[in-house]
Amino acid sequence: MEKKILTKYVDDPNQINIDTYLSHGGYKALEKVLKEMKPPEVIEEVKKSGVRGRGGAGFPAGVKWGFIPKDNPKPRYLVCNGDESEPGTCKDRVLMESDPHSVVEGMAISSYAIGSHLAFIYNRGEFAYPARMMEKAVEEAYEKGYLGKNILGTGYDLDMIVHTGGGAYICGEESSQLNSIEGERGMSRMRPPFPAVAGLYACPTIVNNVETLAAVPFIINNGGDWYASMGTEKSNGTKLFSLSGHVKNPGNYELELGTPLSVLINDLGGGMLDGHKLKAIIPGGSSTPMLLPDQIDVKLDYESLVEAGSMLGSGAVIVIDERTCMVWVAERLIHFYRHESCGKCTPCRDGTGWLEQLISRIERGEGKPGDIEKIESLCGNIMGRTVCPLGDAAVMPIQSSIKLFRDEWEYHIQNKKCMVKSEFAFK
Amino acid sequence: MILNEKSVAEIKKKMVRYPRRKSARLPAITVAYRQEGHLHGELYREISQIIEIPVIDIATAASFYTMFPKEPVGKFLIQVCHNISCALLGADSLIGYLEEKLGIKKGETTEDDMFTLISVECLGGCTAAPMMQINDEFYENLTHEKVDKILEDLRNKA
Ligand SMILES: Cc1cc2nc3c(=O)[nH]c(=O)nc-3n(C[C@H](O)[C@H](O)[C@H](O)COP(=O)(O)O)c2cc1C
Ligand code: FES
Repeated sequence: MEKKILTKYVDDPNQINIDTYLSHGGYKALEKVLKEMKPPEVIEEVKKSGVRGRGGAGFPAGVKWGFIPKDNPKPRYLVCNGDESEPGTCKDRVLMESDPHSVVEGMAISSYAIGSHLAFIYNRGEFAYPARMMEKAVEEAYEKGYLGKNILGTGYDLDMIVHTGGGAYICGEESSQLNSIEGERGMSRMRPPFPAVAGLYACPTIVNNVETLAAVPFIINNGGDWYASMGTEKSNGTKLFSLSGHVKNPGNYELELGTPLSVLINDLGGGMLDGHKLKAIIPGGSSTPMLLPDQIDVKLDYESLVEAGSMLGSGAVIVIDERTCMVWVAERLIHFYRHESCGKCTPCRDGTGWLEQLISRIERGEGKPGDIEKIESLCGNIMGRTVCPLGDAAVMPIQSSIKLFRDEWEYHIQNKKCMVKSEFAFK
Repeated sequence: MILNEKSVAEIKKKMVRYPRRKSARLPAITVAYRQEGHLHGELYREISQIIEIPVIDIATAASFYTMFPKEPVGKFLIQVCHNISCALLGADSLIGYLEEKLGIKKGETTEDDMFTLISVECLGGCTAAPMMQINDEFYENLTHEKVDKILEDLRNKA
């Protein structure tokens, strides 16, 4: 059921040490690309694997690497996105804290492929422990000659910096992340130009998620075809899913793409907590549209989830049971997005604020007739009209909540209270 | 100087690794926060001298990042995640329990300056909910028993 490729050794406490990592075949892929492959061949292999961005958008990694302009003389940079702040998501952390060398190796191979000599790992500020593990791995890699000058005698140089953030969700968005590395406030940038053309310090830059880059050594060792043989036709490989909420066994699970959601929730997750009935599922992180219980057999891959009206996103599956008020859920989420809006563009900055006011007042029992329509209209005015997709992320769960649970929203306004009161006691 | 030698050395060590000095702002702010527990103008001034960037640019950057308190907090800063995965497993009741145990409301500091209690957005511990962060450590899969023990251990440590 689980297909442990990236997470094969995460339960081995010694995996954080370079000697153990090496004994498990670590840094062989790096040695292979540096000694036997030219950068375009590495890009070709990654293209062949079909691995798509695991940070949320699902863009094919090899294709993105190909966007680096060939004739630009400026330095190039690789940024590994370990900001991991989309509510529900905690999978990159597993790799960073339990198998940090796989991230370093993936970054090194990718840097070589795009012609970069300086790579950054952007570690969310609160992840003090994962940051320490990454620092240690980077140090060990320097000591053993897998980073630094003239790596393995091949003439290739690469430096790596572990950069920690300051508690801003928006810094997971790639253009804001680049501003943050430059020392600025983490506000998004207009595109074009895309980072591959003008990113960090206005130089060509590739930003990839931790999980995307951690897959690269496996692709090199076993071949792009091997990787592409896993998953579905268009969603190749494996993916980490963070299962949280009202399930018996929450946790991070690595699955072949295309595995049914029911396998994750019922077989691996042990089913619903305390035998309560399933009410809704947020399948790809808090920004993705919700699914209903009768969609539990949907396949977890990019295409199937779009067909089901949602998105694979970051792979954070949040399970919600019958005891939960959906207006209460919406209030939690809009509070988050309002708090995290960087303030650069008006629809997102003001729109999320108005949405929070409206939703909070409904949740407090002070909603007025017409509020739902106001919320819908506001959502429509934010969606697709912001500098970065944070605005979309804020409205998608709300739009889907109203669409799927409109009766509950209306009940809330008419009766000035929740249809079911979310009262959850911790153990 | 408020920043001690170790902090200054750490900032300088980080600073030289970046292609541009201005990138050292967030690392320097982080070092200052770790030493002092909260940020303030005097620290911005010292950072600005070390990395040779106008103090206003340090302050502007710092004010964006909510992880760093800008007012004094207790010796232990308790940050409980109130976001969705934790809320579904009782984050609100966890906050209530901590308020009761510490005798303060969310947002307040105990009289002995030992504990400050706040609630924050998702910390990336969703599969081990409910959870909280105290200073740099994560505490996950929290139960009443665990919370009692954690607070007791911290009190003894102080
Ligand atoms: C508001 C917002 C938050 C994001 N947060 C993250 C994040 O925490 N981690 C991440 O890898 N990507 C995040 N992304 C996606 C990045 O912008 C970018 O697409 C990704 O890092 C590219 O890497 P990938 O192609 O390997 O997925 C976020 C995007 C948005 C709009
Ligand atoms: S929702 Fe609490 S840690 Fe993610």
